[in-house]
Amino acid sequence: MKLTVWTYEGPPHVGAMRVATAMKGLHYVLHAPQGDTYADLLFTMIERRNHRPPVSYTTFEGRDLGADTAGIFKKTCMDAYERFKPQAMIVGASCTAELIQDDPGGLAETMGIPVPVIALELPSYQRKENFGTDETFYQIVKGLARPMDRTPEVTCNILGPLALGFRHRDDIEEVKALLWEMGIGVNVVAPFGATPMDITTLGQAHFNVAMYPEHCETACRHLERVCGQPFTRTVPIGVGATHDFVAEVAKLAGVEPRTDLSRLRQPWWSASVDSTYLTGKRVFVFGDATHVKAAARIARDEMGFEVVGLGCYNREFARDIRDLAKEFGLTALITDDYLEVEEAIAAAVPEMILGTQMERHIGKRLGIPCAVISAPVHVQDFPARYSPQMGWEGANVIFDTWIHPLVMGLEEHLLHMFRDDFEFHDEAGPSHHGGHAPVAMAEAGGFTPQTPESLPAKMNDAPEATGSDVMVWLADAEKELKKIPFFVRGKARRNTETFAASQGISQISVETLYEAKAHYAR
Amino acid sequence: MNNPIAIPAQSCRDAPVLKQRGQREVFCGLTGIIWLHRKMQDAFFLVVGSRTCAHLLQSAAGVMIFAEPRFGTAILEEGDLAGMADAHDELDREVARLLARRPDIKQLFLVGSCPSEVIKLDLARAAERLTIEHAPHVRVLNYSGSGIETTFTQGEDACLASMVPVLPATDARELMLVGALPDVVEDQAVKLLTDMGVGPIRVLPAPRSAAMPGVGDNTVYALLQPFLSDTAAALDRRGARMIPAPFPFGEEGTTAWLRAIADEFGVDAETFERVTAAPRARARKAVAAAAETLSGKSIFFFPDSQLEIPLARFLTRECGMEAIEISAPYIHKGIVGPDMDLIPAGPTISEGQDVDLQLDRARAARPDLTVCGLGLANPLEAEGLSTKWAIELVFTPVHFYEQAGDLAALFARPLRRKAILRPQVAAE
Ligand code: SF4
Ligand code: SF4
Repeated sequence: MKLTVWTYEGPPHVGAMRVATAMKGLHYVLHAPQGDTYADLLFTMIERRNHRPPVSYTTFEGRDLGADTAGIFKKTCMDAYERFKPQAMIVGASCTAELIQDDPGGLAETMGIPVPVIALELPSYQRKENFGTDETFYQIVKGLARPMDRTPEVTCNILGPLALGFRHRDDIEEVKALLWEMGIGVNVVAPFGATPMDITTLGQAHFNVAMYPEHCETACRHLERVCGQPFTRTVPIGVGATHDFVAEVAKLAGVEPRTDLSRLRQPWWSASVDSTYLTGKRVFVFGDATHVKAAARIARDEMGFEVVGLGCYNREFARDIRDLAKEFGLTALITDDYLEVEEAIAAAVPEMILGTQMERHIGKRLGIPCAVISAPVHVQDFPARYSPQMGWEGANVIFDTWIHPLVMGLEEHLLHMFRDDFEFHDEAGPSHHGGHAPVAMAEAGGFTPQTPESLPAKMNDAPEATGSDVMVWLADAEKELKKIPFFVRGKARRNTETFAASQGISQISVETLYEAKAHYAR
Repeated sequence: MNNPIAIPAQSCRDAPVLKQRGQREVFCGLTGIIWLHRKMQDAFFLVVGSRTCAHLLQSAAGVMIFAEPRFGTAILEEGDLAGMADAHDELDREVARLLARRPDIKQLFLVGSCPSEVIKLDLARAAERLTIEHAPHVRVLNYSGSGIETTFTQGEDACLASMVPVLPATDARELMLVGALPDVVEDQAVKLLTDMGVGPIRVLPAPRSAAMPGVGDNTVYALLQPFLSDTAAALDRRGARMIPAPFPFGEEGTTAWLRAIADEFGVDAETFERVTAAPRARARKAVAAAAETLSGKSIFFFPDSQLEIPLARFLTRECGMEAIEISAPYIHKGIVGPDMDLIPAGPTISEGQDVDLQLDRARAARPDLTVCGLGLANPLEAEGLSTKWAIELVFTPVHFYEQAGDLAALFARPLRRKAILRPQVAAE
C-alpha cells in the first residue's frame, strides 16, 4: 500500500485507451465499474477530441458481483460490435474487473465475433499507464501484422504517437518532413490515425521509426524479429539529435542524409548576443525518459545551461536515465512521487525547471519558472497552433518555449540598473507575464510555499483601490465580499461600486452588493 | 399572502419511468471528495483503492487544487491483495504516517472503493480500530465511494450518512440544514431563516469536527441537496424528522423551501413576506434576464449529478424552457417528489442509463441544450448540440435567491455563446 496524492501515470488500461482512441476502426471493450468512465473526459476535455473514445465499459454494479458479470461483459461486447462494426476489437479488464477474474479474452473468444479480438492482460496492481500503451500496441501489432513483401520504393512506418501525447500530433508532421527530404515514403503511421487494416500492412515497410520508445519499443522489437525491420534509436528532439536522426535514417534506408536547414533558426537565436543571459542558467530536468534525455542534451549543448538535476518517472527507462545522469556528473532521480521531486528541486535550487505540469506547479510554489517538456499533459499542452518538439521546427519551438518563462535578457539587465524602480523590482517577475509572477526566492535558497490560488488572490485584491476612497464598504458587506471566490471578487467589487455610484449610494451594504449582482445578472 | 404555487393536474411524479440497463457514463462517489474536503477543514479523506481511483480524483479535480490537499489514495498493490492481515497492517502504517505528518487532521474518512470492496477489506473494522488507536485526537469514520455502489454525488450522501451515528445526542428543538454548500450560500440561508426567527440552526457537515450538530427526537431537518437520501434515513433513525420541500433552486424553489420550514416553525405570513420580499424580487429580476435567452428552448438531461429533477423544475417553470427528457442516476420520490409534483407530465422521465441508446434519443430530439457529463460534452458540441456540463453545477454556488440568476445564466451562456459564434463559423 502506498499513499499517493498526485500521479504521473494513470492505470495501464488508460494506456490501452490512449492507443484505442488514437486509432480508427478499433473498439475497446473494458470490463469496469461505472466510475471508470471518467477516463473519457481526458480525451474529450484535455485533448478536445470531438468524438467519444471508442470504448464500451461494462459498468457492472455491486449487486451483479455474485451474479453474472461475465454475462454483462458478453452483452457489452456483442452490443459494441453490432453498433460500431469495428475492424478489430481489444478487450480487457480494469483494476476492479481484474479481481473478479472473468477472463474477458477467453469470453470474447467464445462469442464468434467475426473480426479479430485481441485480449489484453494489463496487471493493474503492478504496472502503469506507459506499460499499458506499449503492451497494447504490441498486442495489436502481434495480432495483426505479418511478414510481407517490401514496397518497391524505400518506405518506413512511424510508430509510437498516441492520443493524449505531448505534441504527438505535430511531431508526426516534422518526422514526415525529415523523411520526405530524404526521399523516404511513409507506409503507416501508428497508432495515431491508423486502422487495424493499416496495421496488417506494417510488414511492407523497410524499417521503423520509433518516435516514442515508451509507447512502441516492444512492438518495434517484435517487428524486427518477425518482419526483419530494423528500427531507429535516436529521437529527433533538438538540433543535435535531429542531425543524428537524419544520419541514422539515411544509413538504415541506404540514402544520402539530405535535409533542408532553411527552416532552422534555433542555433542563431541561441548564438545571438541577446541570449548571453542564458549562459549557465541552472536547470532541473524531470519528465518521461524520452523527453528528459532530449532536454538534458539541448539544455547543455544548445542553450548553454547547466543541468543541476535530472530524473524520470517511468521506471522502465531507469537504467538509461541513470547512465545519462552519470554523463552529467549527477545522480538520477527515479521516482513517481511528486513530493520527492519537489524536495529534490528545492534542494538543487535551480533557476529554471524543465518538467511536466506537476513540476510547473512545484515551480509555482517554489517561485521557480518552469517550461513544460513532457507528459502528463494538461489542456494547455494542446495548443491550436502548430507546435512540435521534433525536427527543425521543434528545435525553434523549444527555444521559444524555454526562454518564455525566464526574465528577458534586456529586462534582467535593467533589473540591475533600476533595482528599486517599482516596475522592475526583483519581485515583479517577468513583465511580459501578466498573471504568473513567480514568488521571489529567499536569499538563502529557502522558499515561501505558496499555493497557486493565493497568487492570483493577491493580484485580484491589490489594484482595487480606485474608487474605494469615495465609497464606504460597511463591515458586513466587506465580509460578504470576501466570501465570493477570489477570481470574481475584483469584478464584484467594481460592479457594486459602479452600481452604487449610479444609484447615489455612498455606503455599501450587503443589500447593495446583491442589488448590484441582480442588476448585472444576465 | 404570497402567491400560492400552482401544482399541475398531471405531474411528473406519476409519469412512467423509463429504466434501461446498459453502459452508464457517470463518475463514482469518490468524486464528492473534491468538494467535501474543502468544506470540512479538519478532515482528511483517505481512499483505499487503486491507481485508477487516484487518477479519477486527479482528473476530476484538475490541477486547480494542486496544493497538498486533504485527500489521498492508499493504492493497493499486489502484496496487499495476497493476504488480508497484511492489508490492515499496511493501512494502519499509512494512517499513522499520515496523521504524524498532518497534526491538523481531526477526522479521518476511510473511503472504500471498488477494489477494496471486491476483496472485502473491512474498512468499518479498520475505522473502529484506528479510532481507538488515535483517540482522542482523531476520529476515524468510513464510507463507500465505490463505483459499484455509488454514483457521483452519492459519495457526499454516503459520507454524511457515516457521520450521523456519531453525532452527539440532543433534546433541543433545532433546525438542521443538511448538505455541503459553499459558505457564501450557506450563510445566506441561515440569515434568511434567522431573520424570520427560525432557530437555532445547525449545519451538517460543520466546517470543523468540534462543531458538529447534535441530533435527537426534537431535531427537524431540511435537505439542501437532492442526493442525500441515505443521510436522511440515518437522521430518521436518530429520531429526527425531515421537512419535505422542493429544493432551493430559483426564486420559486427557494421560497417553497423556506416556506416549508417557516410553516414548521410557525412563522407568520407577514414576517415571511418582510424577510423574503426584497431578495425574491431580486431573484426574479436576475432570472428574467437569463430567461430571455432560455425561454422556449428545449432541454435534455443526461443522468449525472442527481440535481436533474429540481433543475428541470426551475428551468421549465421559471425560465420557460421545455424539457424533453429528464433523467437521474436514481429517483427517490421521497426526496424529489415535491419537485416532481411541480413539473407537468410530458417529458420522458428516466432512471439509470444505457448511454448509447440515450445518445440516440438525444440526437433524434436535437434539444437546444443538453446537460451531460464532461465525457459527452465536446462530442455532442461537435455534432452541433449545445451542452452544459453537469459537474459545474456541484462546484458553483447555485442555491437560494441571490444565486438564482447565476444558475439561470449557467444554462443561458452556452446558448448565447453559440449565437455569437455561429456567423463566424458559417463565414469560413
Ligand atoms: S469506479 Fe471504482 S475503481 Fe473506478 S475510480 Fe471509482 S472507486 Fe475506483
Ligand atoms: S493555477 Fe492557472 S495554470 Fe494552474 S490549473 Fe489553475 S488556471 Fe490552470
